[in-house]
Amino acid sequence: MGKYIVRRLLTAIPTILVISFIIFAIVDLSPSDPTGNLPLTIPPEVRQKIREALGADDPFVVKYVKWLQQFFISEPLNFIESVFDVTFPGSEDRVRVISWATRGPVIDIIVERLPQTLWVVGSSYVLGVLIAVPVGVFSAYKQYSIFDQVGTFLMMIGFSVPTFFTGLMFIIIYSVNLKWFPSVYDTTLVVTDMETLQLQLRQMFMPVTVLTLYTTAQMSRYTRASTLENLQQDYIRTARSKGLTERVVVMTHAVRNSLIPVVTLIALGIPGIFAGALITEQIFRVNGIGQYLIIAIQGGDLPTVQTVTFIFAVLVVLFNIVADVLYGILDPRVTYS
Amino acid sequence: MTIKEKTKPKHLESEDLLQARTFAGDAWRQFRKHRLALVAIAVLAVIILGVVIGPLFWTLDPTYIDIVAAYQISSPEHPWGTDSLGRDTLARAMQGGRVSLMIGVSAMLVSISIGTIIGLLSGYFPRLDNPLMRITDIFIALPQLPLLLVLMMLFREPLKASFGVEGGVFILMVSVIGGLQWMPTARLVRGEVLTVKSREFITAANAVGSRDGRILRSHILPNVMSPVIVAATFSVAAAIITESALSFLGLGFPPDFPTWGRLLFDGKDYLTIIWTLVFWPGMLISLTVLCVNFIGDGLRDALDPRLRK
Repeated sequence: MGKYIVRRLLTAIPTILVISFIIFAIVDLSPSDPTGNLPLTIPPEVRQKIREALGADDPFVVKYVKWLQQFFISEPLNFIESVFDVTFPGSEDRVRVISWATRGPVIDIIVERLPQTLWVVGSSYVLGVLIAVPVGVFSAYKQYSIFDQVGTFLMMIGFSVPTFFTGLMFIIIYSVNLKWFPSVYDTTLVVTDMETLQLQLRQMFMPVTVLTLYTTAQMSRYTRASTLENLQQDYIRTARSKGLTERVVVMTHAVRNSLIPVVTLIALGIPGIFAGALITEQIFRVNGIGQYLIIAIQGGDLPTVQTVTFIFAVLVVLFNIVADVLYGILDPRVTYS
Repeated sequence: MTIKEKTKPKHLESEDLLQARTFAGDAWRQFRKHRLALVAIAVLAVIILGVVIGPLFWTLDPTYIDIVAAYQISSPEHPWGTDSLGRDTLARAMQGGRVSLMIGVSAMLVSISIGTIIGLLSGYFPRLDNPLMRITDIFIALPQLPLLLVLMMLFREPLKASFGVEGGVFILMVSVIGGLQWMPTARLVRGEVLTVKSREFITAANAVGSRDGRILRSHILPNVMSPVIVAATFSVAAAIITESALSFLGLGFPPDFPTWGRLLFDGKDYLTIIWTLVFWPGMLISLTVLCVNFIGDGLRDALDPRLRK
């Protein structure tokens, strides 16, 4: 097993490098100018100086290698320094990935915005999974019952209606008409007592519900299909015929096997948390990572776009490996060759 | 022939039993059992007819600005209301629907063609398998939505210059959505090809000296079509959602060329005043996607003989 993980991680390195090259190259094609958003009164010579200082005019290869060095060497070193409170030699003149818009390190802004994304999107993902698994299992166990029919119909609706429409409808109903929940997420809110906790929960309600609906629909469809397949297997008949109670047959025999593919799907969906947050964060003005990427794209802030997009890609590759490893741990029939 | 007639059992001679049961007939018989899929076909037909021939009956110009009639939620002249400039929402939804549906179908054609070709090649030729699947893996790892946004931002201006505003964005939209959604189809087709390839009739075709191209075209492709058709249906829905999402984030079509997603994007600023501006296009997107998904579900049950009841 350890060997397998090491081999997968090693083979992931070339993949990640190729992806980093593709993303860097595509984004670099963009005609964006780091001085584009500055006041028009700045003379061209100064603009040229700024461009040189940010390295915007370097040849493509130089920019790419510089970025690789900044991302894979400087940033991890910085991270270690800040976490363990140590200083490596040369930490003063280490160059980090600098945003063209804020002129500050991109990673610092990501770290600042990460909690909002994790709170809103992460909690809805956990909630969605917690609801979806029992619903899916029960729906499959009572196939063709009223619960199953209504359930699958609702799952299909939740799966088909895009989050940007549910989000806007929620705002119309709950913010504009009923005035129950605020439509804009206030990030400056610090939870200190019961009152602020209540405010925090209220402002989280709509984005979390919208995303939870979508996750639940997707996951329960999958759980239902997987459980149905297992309930028809011979070993279930064997379990019933040797006189086990229905509870044991379903909970210990069927569900445990049905959840193997579901667990891998949950792992595969985690990188999607960040990408899926793009739209929801935009609707409810949550200043998380997704909104940061949109701002960077609209403002032509190339280093930010490259870095954030690449982090998404690394997450996808990593969680693919996690899913495969989990599959092997959970399902003894899978052998690593 | 003569042998067949001789061995034909007596009890099968009645007329209806002798009628050949075709694959399509069986599939349709199974499909009819999926009642929601039938309803979905009807609703989708209404939507398609509405956006295609609707403008013949609802003759208001979607671009006509009528400030006096602005900010209406619903009125006899404008049953779906008007926007801040007094443009009729119903007429705009019809105009936008044609684009949204066209994008869905065209992007599906692009992604299914690429996916099928790559899947066929990598499943059939062992030497191409590894490189093609590595490329597929890399494409799967690319973060879709961010990359789509970046590509839209990058190439909008150059394509606008060469194909006009609408044409440029349309070509760009179809190619980037199609070009980033073919991977599941490729994997699916490859898997199917691998199982079909080891069957006897392929060995037989090889033995009589058929060329690879012929085997792929007339023996393998028809046998992998069922899952491809199902994947194609779902991919129409996915493409419509992606287009709306891009337009919703402001990186899609220009404002005077409304798709359903663009109407939502424009309407969200007037949420508190004219909610119909968001409601109708959103409902149309949701209904269309819902119908397409139900039809896909029905097709999957109908086209897979193992699932037939």
